Amino acid sequence: MSIPPHTLPDAEALCVQLAAELTPHLKPGAAMIGLYTGGAWLAERLHPLLGLDTPLGLMDIAFYRDDYHKQGLHHDPKRTRIGFEVEGRDILLVDDVLYTGRTVRAAMNELFDYGRPASISLVVLADRGGRELPICARFCGARIEVPEGRRLRLKKDADGRLALEMADA
Amino acid sequence: MLNPQLNVRGELQHLLSIEGLPRAILTQILDTAESFVGVTEREVKKVPLLRGKSVFNLFFEPSTRTRTTFEIAAKRLSADVINLNIAASSQTKGESLLDTVSNLSAMQADVFVVRHAASGAPYLIAGHVKPHEHVVNAGDGRHAHPTQGLLDLYTIRHYKKDFSALTVAIVGDILHSRVARSLIHGLTTLGVPEVRVIGPQTLLPTGVESMGVKVFHDMKRGLAGADVIVMLRLQNERMRGALLPSAQEFNKHYGLSAEKLSLAAADAIVMHPGPMNRGVEIDSGVADGPHSVILPQVTFGIAVRMAVMSIIAGNG
Amino acid sequence: MRVLIKGARIVDPGSGRDAAGDLLIEDGRIAALDASATSASADQTLAGAGLVLAPGLIDISARLREPGYEFKATLESEMDAAVAGGVTSLACPPDTDPPLDEPGLVDMLRRRAKSLERARVYPIGALTVKLAGERLTEMAELDESGCVAFSQANVPLTDTQVLWRAMQYAATFGFPVWLRAEDHSLARGGVAHDGDIATRLGLPAIPAFAETIALSTLLELARATGVRLHVCRISTAGAVELLRRAKAEGLPVSCDVAIHHVHLSDMDLGYFDAHCHLVPPLRSPRDRDALRAGLADGTVDCICSDHTPVDEDEKLMPFSESSPGATGLELLLPLTLKWAAEAKLPLARALAKVTSDAARVLGVKSGRLEVGAPADLVLFDPQAPFQVTPAALKSQGKNTPFMGYELSGRTRSTLVAGHVVYRSE
Repeated sequence: MSIPPHTLPDAEALCVQLAAELTPHLKPGAAMIGLYTGGAWLAERLHPLLGLDTPLGLMDIAFYRDDYHKQGLHHDPKRTRIGFEVEGRDILLVDDVLYTGRTVRAAMNELFDYGRPASISLVVLADRGGRELPICARFCGARIEVPEGRRLRLKKDADGRLALEMADA
Repeated sequence: MLNPQLNVRGELQHLLSIEGLPRAILTQILDTAESFVGVTEREVKKVPLLRGKSVFNLFFEPSTRTRTTFEIAAKRLSADVINLNIAASSQTKGESLLDTVSNLSAMQADVFVVRHAASGAPYLIAGHVKPHEHVVNAGDGRHAHPTQGLLDLYTIRHYKKDFSALTVAIVGDILHSRVARSLIHGLTTLGVPEVRVIGPQTLLPTGVESMGVKVFHDMKRGLAGADVIVMLRLQNERMRGALLPSAQEFNKHYGLSAEKLSLAAADAIVMHPGPMNRGVEIDSGVADGPHSVILPQVTFGIAVRMAVMSIIAGNG
Repeated sequence: MRVLIKGARIVDPGSGRDAAGDLLIEDGRIAALDASATSASADQTLAGAGLVLAPGLIDISARLREPGYEFKATLESEMDAAVAGGVTSLACPPDTDPPLDEPGLVDMLRRRAKSLERARVYPIGALTVKLAGERLTEMAELDESGCVAFSQANVPLTDTQVLWRAMQYAATFGFPVWLRAEDHSLARGGVAHDGDIATRLGLPAIPAFAETIALSTLLELARATGVRLHVCRISTAGAVELLRRAKAEGLPVSCDVAIHHVHLSDMDLGYFDAHCHLVPPLRSPRDRDALRAGLADGTVDCICSDHTPVDEDEKLMPFSESSPGATGLELLLPLTLKWAAEAKLPLARALAKVTSDAARVLGVKSGRLEVGAPADLVLFDPQAPFQVTPAALKSQGKNTPFMGYELSGRTRSTLVAGHVVYRSE
């Protein structure tokens, strides 16, 4: 399903749809890690819907970004908190929008500093294409075309509702 | 006058002093340090940020402790660390400070961590390094020890959460203390309403009030209601002479005992930059007691130094 | 040889004259002024239109760095600097290496200086042998070889007994004694004024009372011995007040300030600018204002450059390890003009501090524009911009806290004994 930019899908509905898609594939003891900031919001939705018994992990990849030498350290990096043993576990890695794949690569690098997982499955709300690394999502809510000079991101409004948004890059 | 610590975009280029740094940069360092505390609690305590970068520890004044914390911090950022104890080498051969620095710069340095006995030495170095090189002041004379000040601020924030209603008392040899100067600037920048310095007149610098502190000579009065107590190290050579008659008399009036501590707030924390002189500025019962946060300070110190180095090395 | 300077604004601080006119020089002396000069025939004529003609500057403290410190500066470079700055007479302190404590050394310096045919050099003899503060020098011998006063320069004389005896001995012969007022113990290790700035920067400090305590001692000893005392480089409001009272009392005492203390304060230290590492230290703005008030009311007799060329490497050091001092021969005139403008003083009154008043302290006949006086003159353009850059300075010392300043006032010609010793290109 490819969606033109002017009609973005409802993020909340995509969450529910993603959870339903995920459920049959869950392995015992699986755990979820959301990537700050949008991926963490999405993971906070999915985690209770899936009824995982491991605590939700949250990760900020600021210390693993491959553009540090060009961009410097991102302001206000969040603390990565993973409250379970990574070693030997099946991990659901959650991000909002999959683009170049560099964030996911950084996240996998960071994850391996916590242990050697049994598997990693990538879960994203939207895939906008434009990959620069050999990475693809196992579970994807929607494929969305993004015109040049624009970017797609997840927003959270004052009531806590999630929505996809197109903005200038 | 241009602040030599900031680049044209107003970002931290060198860390020379807490004085003159905007509140936002102090907060950025503390927030970043908090994330690094998470890293230091992992089994793999390394992140790849400074891979391929070289950190030169330039210690013109010996200090195993501070040098080690910088070394650990740099290694946890995956940097290559080169330790140079200059006190023992080129300075005695008559090589000038700037010659030493340009020699090392030719070896592709990215960060210089500098300790020097003369106030202002890191400013001189920062004024002469190449644009991509960064200087971190690890203590210059009596002037500044910004990473120590920042780790003190981090510790205070960790235990007290909010700076806006605190009373902080700094006790002892303020005159010779770069730690005190850095901490005072940090506390006033972050909005601590009451910063006190406590000591005999001989150990307080002229006009210290102009830095925004209240002066107390009577420790009991100075500690009353304090939320944070920072004890400073008294150097051995200053314990007997024209500044003080004896370590014993200093301890009696300005040493932190359980009895004096009881005058502070019930949940007061006790800090010390180390190394401690037990029985001089601080009694063992207090140093090892429930109010003491002296060991966490050391742990936080590594995260703070990781934060500082990763922020400046990332700024071009 | 007759030289005529035509159409200049002739400013004579000694008489207060400030009016356009002509001046005739004959045989190295001022021969005539105005109408009688105009009508005279001359071998050489200098155009003075748009320029100020004043007595050549008399700088009562300029270090030429010879003998002993030729790597910092040479007599040639510094004498060039002097005349480029309009300085026609200068006194050099005895802190050379070896110090000026023997007639032979003084004689050699004077011969060397004389052979260069630029400014007149007046050596200040050492008060004690090797400036060590223990044994008196042969002052009468040194006087005969040309010393105009006796001093310890910046070297402390810690033994007050020796100080007392030295003053007694100098008083016996009527020799002036020039001393800094600084308590050695209180100043020990200090490099900056004891105040908010030094406290913030963590620089070892020298309290203001290190000066007033030492000055009180000097004044007491001057009272007791009757010596002619000149107090060098005062820096504090307290010293100005003590000297004001001493003068009111009729004590034969004079004093000077260095030009940088007239303009700068410890606020100028910025981020450890080693060019502001000076002796005595730059004091608070309040002290600087008091020095200016002292200059205006006559308590402070004169201004000197305290010219101290320092090798660049010796300034490229942490503040407290750097060598103190500033180059100043070429900045004395523009900085005096700057002070005059800021203090709204008539030009004649301001120039008096570097000409006639300085001549009185030094005990020389120059510094005035009178018929019969030595024709030591400076012709300068008070409006010409002077950007302070290393290349603009002839002195080997490029060390000055005024580097980069935009000043006004450029020397066009300098004459010593009627000879043009400097002309700007």
